[in-house]
Amino acid sequence: MIQFHLDPASGLSPYLQVVRQVRHALRLGLLREGDQLPTVKEVVAELAINPNTVLKAYRELERDGLVAARPGVGTFVMRTLTDATLASHGPLRKDLERWLGKARLAGLDDESIEALFSSTFRSTSRQEVA
Amino acid sequence: MTLALRTDALTKSYGRRKALGECTLEVPAGRVVGLVGPNGAGKSTLLNLAVGMLTPTAGSIEVLGETPRSGMPRVGFVAQDTPTYGGLSVGEHLQLGAQLNPAWDAGLAQQRMDRLGMDPDQKARKLSGGQRAQLALTLGLAKRPELLILDEPVASLDPLARREFLQDLMEAVAEHQLSVILSSHLVSDLERVCDHLIVLVGSRVQLAGDLDQLQATHHRLTGARRDTLSDELEVIGASHTERQSTFLVRSDAPIYDPHWTVTPLTLEDLVLAYMSRTAQAARPRALEAIR
Repeated sequence: MIQFHLDPASGLSPYLQVVRQVRHALRLGLLREGDQLPTVKEVVAELAINPNTVLKAYRELERDGLVAARPGVGTFVMRTLTDATLASHGPLRKDLERWLGKARLAGLDDESIEALFSSTFRSTSRQEVA
Repeated sequence: MTLALRTDALTKSYGRRKALGECTLEVPAGRVVGLVGPNGAGKSTLLNLAVGMLTPTAGSIEVLGETPRSGMPRVGFVAQDTPTYGGLSVGEHLQLGAQLNPAWDAGLAQQRMDRLGMDPDQKARKLSGGQRAQLALTLGLAKRPELLILDEPVASLDPLARREFLQDLMEAVAEHQLSVILSSHLVSDLERVCDHLIVLVGSRVQLAGDLDQLQATHHRLTGARRDTLSDELEVIGASHTERQSTFLVRSDAPIYDPHWTVTPLTLEDLVLAYMSRTAQAARPRALEAIR
């Protein structure tokens, strides 16, 4: 069983935070197939948040096929997110390390690297959307 | 669709002073509504009209499809500062609740009192602020209303009591599918518990709608200085430095203009933007002249 927490500084709506925390736990293997998510009532009582927020988050996870609700019993994990991409993490990390090395050599400090990364990330994801 | 609250050009005046002006709202049932605005904006007036403690000067109001009247069994009300009868004990409050309310849920009331560890013989005036608020909430919930209206219920509570109060309120929403309208200055609380927002400033509704919708359609744009934006974007607020411009805009369509870095607004940003917009509009043009 995982426990949710809300970070007011994240700038994300509580519903998105719940979705991300489940996805994160699935990616890290903290949640596995068959595990039960906390019930809506438990989350509500723990975090003092709107039950519709939790329902909405669970519905979105259900739509993505990650969890399934069994009426009267609870919501259960159907699949994890660890399998598919894990193998490619190693090579990608190598690439990234190489790139970071180049950036430092060119004289960029951490902040410049982050700014460059996030602005490039934004512009490429915008191209994909358009 | 059932509406928890519907108002049409609802107005309440005291002599020449308008406490609430041409307020038109539609709130679907099942929502937890946050009502925010500065002191004196008309929040309590709206809530008191909704429970039939006040009658409108003009316009109309319906709660759960009915014209409000005092003592409606389907509507619970916890007034500002969670009033209780100081001379009565906790147990006597519950007896009173049972006598006054046909649908009184004695089991729920008792269970809550036990869980909160409240002594039935304790006089209400001896309770702490948090306990008094919990007693008032218990009276409101055990009535088993379809709509519960709370006027700044957590204003005087410490952070722990506030959290417990909201946890219990949200549990009741989860269990009894209850609609809630709650006024508060504590936007961070509202961000957790509400899914619908009403911003009231200067006796008028400035913004109302489902929170998701509001957050999806409001954006902050930052970028190199530009004095105006395209007409499709409704500007809620703007600030400029010599080189940089920041706009808060409302737009139904996503914004792809590469000139701007687009970031979402938190509930607090949104509320403050609408509150200060109204404050600026009300201020004379003297500021322009100074600049």
